[in-house]
Amino acid sequence: MLEIRGLDVAYGDVPVLSGVGLHVGEGEIVALLGPNGAGKSSLLGCVAGLVRPRAGSIAWEGRDLLTVAPHLMVEHGLAVVPEGRRLFGGMTVEENLELGAFAPRARAARRQSLARVLALFPDLGARRRQVVRGLSGGQQQMVAVGRALMASPRLLMLDEPSLGIAPRLVRAILDALVEINRDGVAILLVEQNVRAALTLAHRAYILEGGRVVGEGAGPALLHDPHVRQAYLGPLAAADRPGDRETAR
Amino acid sequence: MTPELTVLAQQVVLGLLLGGLYGLAAAGLSLVFGVLKVLNVAHGELIMLGGYGAYWLFARLGVDPFASLLLVIPGALLAGAVLYLGLFGFVVRAHEHTRVKNSLLVGFGLALSLHALAVRLWTADDRSITTTYGGAVLSVGPIAIPLIRLASLAVALALIGALHLLLARWRWGKAIRATAEDWQAALLTGIDVRRAYLLAFALGTALAGAAGTLVSVGYSISPSIGLEWTLKALIVVVLAGLGSMLGTFAAGLFVGVAEALSAAAFGGPYREVVGLVIFLVVLVLRPQGLFGRGQ
Repeated sequence: MLEIRGLDVAYGDVPVLSGVGLHVGEGEIVALLGPNGAGKSSLLGCVAGLVRPRAGSIAWEGRDLLTVAPHLMVEHGLAVVPEGRRLFGGMTVEENLELGAFAPRARAARRQSLARVLALFPDLGARRRQVVRGLSGGQQQMVAVGRALMASPRLLMLDEPSLGIAPRLVRAILDALVEINRDGVAILLVEQNVRAALTLAHRAYILEGGRVVGEGAGPALLHDPHVRQAYLGPLAAADRPGDRETAR
Repeated sequence: MTPELTVLAQQVVLGLLLGGLYGLAAAGLSLVFGVLKVLNVAHGELIMLGGYGAYWLFARLGVDPFASLLLVIPGALLAGAVLYLGLFGFVVRAHEHTRVKNSLLVGFGLALSLHALAVRLWTADDRSITTTYGGAVLSVGPIAIPLIRLASLAVALALIGALHLLLARWRWGKAIRATAEDWQAALLTGIDVRRAYLLAFALGTALAGAAGTLVSVGYSISPSIGLEWTLKALIVVVLAGLGSMLGTFAAGLFVGVAEALSAAAFGGPYREVVGLVIFLVVLVLRPQGLFGRGQ
């Protein structure tokens, strides 16, 4: 579905991504992991059309995405939950969701999409008329995921959806992603919460210093010595029984 | 009522009536600044042109100035679209941080050109539209309310209300608000941000045209009123903050009354000073404005 090849990105003279390639298959959950500044957000920015790469190709269902205007991405079935949510804070939950279905194709399906979002996040139903700025971080993240779902995407890309959110709500959001994926939506998840990301991802890529340095099935990476050392901390170096239960 | 009090009340009423036009003038500037992040310093010249549009329609074709709004507003919408596509659309392509700087250059250039054009077309004389009902006055006790200015205030309020509804209910109105809040997020949700810019600029110009028409009826116009109106609008925008059209209108009324009061208290020349004082005080104490959101 999504096929990225040889992607080079630089801001001025500073290279951010060099020769990055990855693919997301139909109905897959793919995690993109790596330390801060590894270029994860730049990669999503490229797919969303907000960042211009120096070189490389991004193909989506056989179409060259680099020639598609950013506002038409949703029309092709791609939706992004950007880092820091980027909601329209002065507007209500309902208005934010409605704007998620602004493009013609999404608009045609907006009633079903709204029902789906409210089923996924029942909390939002009672808060439809509330201004987004007044909600908690977790609730805002639900609105952000909801807004992206309103575009009825076939690929949902999320940038750090668990950042700065209460653990209980992180669980709710990650569970929602599994639920969304069950309906056939492919997911590309950028996460710093490596353990959580690997438990739900089918496959994962590890990005360091702008290059893909590792790739594998989610549960396998959870037991990879390098991953454990670098991302799960020294405590995880000794195998803990809990891991096997949470890994899918 | 003592004579002093009567004079004061009369001044306040006149201030309110003028303030309504300040509010209308500022709403257009605020919309453009809030959405495009572009400061159109030629906004006053657009008001001036709107005034001459109505003046022309009246002098040549005998169209009633209030009826001419029905022609001036669509005309200004169109003119705004042309100005965006020909000028400000290029400013918007620049990085967000350089937009204001570039828009100042483009805006001043446009202001000078429009001023020269207006002198060429209509000479530098003061003009105003004198209708048969122009002198009618509504007397409330000892206070005289010029009927034409009262009607202008009502029209201004109606237009602001219409704008508010448009931004609150219309699909593209919501898109315009979303773009004002975060244009990148708007792009991600599938909003054609350039189109939202175009619409906002056209609407802002239409508001300027309407304000100009009302100025030409109740007051007077000349090619050089542009800067004065830009300045008044800017003061009101700073006072109100961005984001609320009704708040902008209220701030316009406030500035009108404040001007009238200071003129009454300190004499005519101080009328112009109070606005600038408000400008400075707001910038120091509450930079986000009365109704704006802090960053």
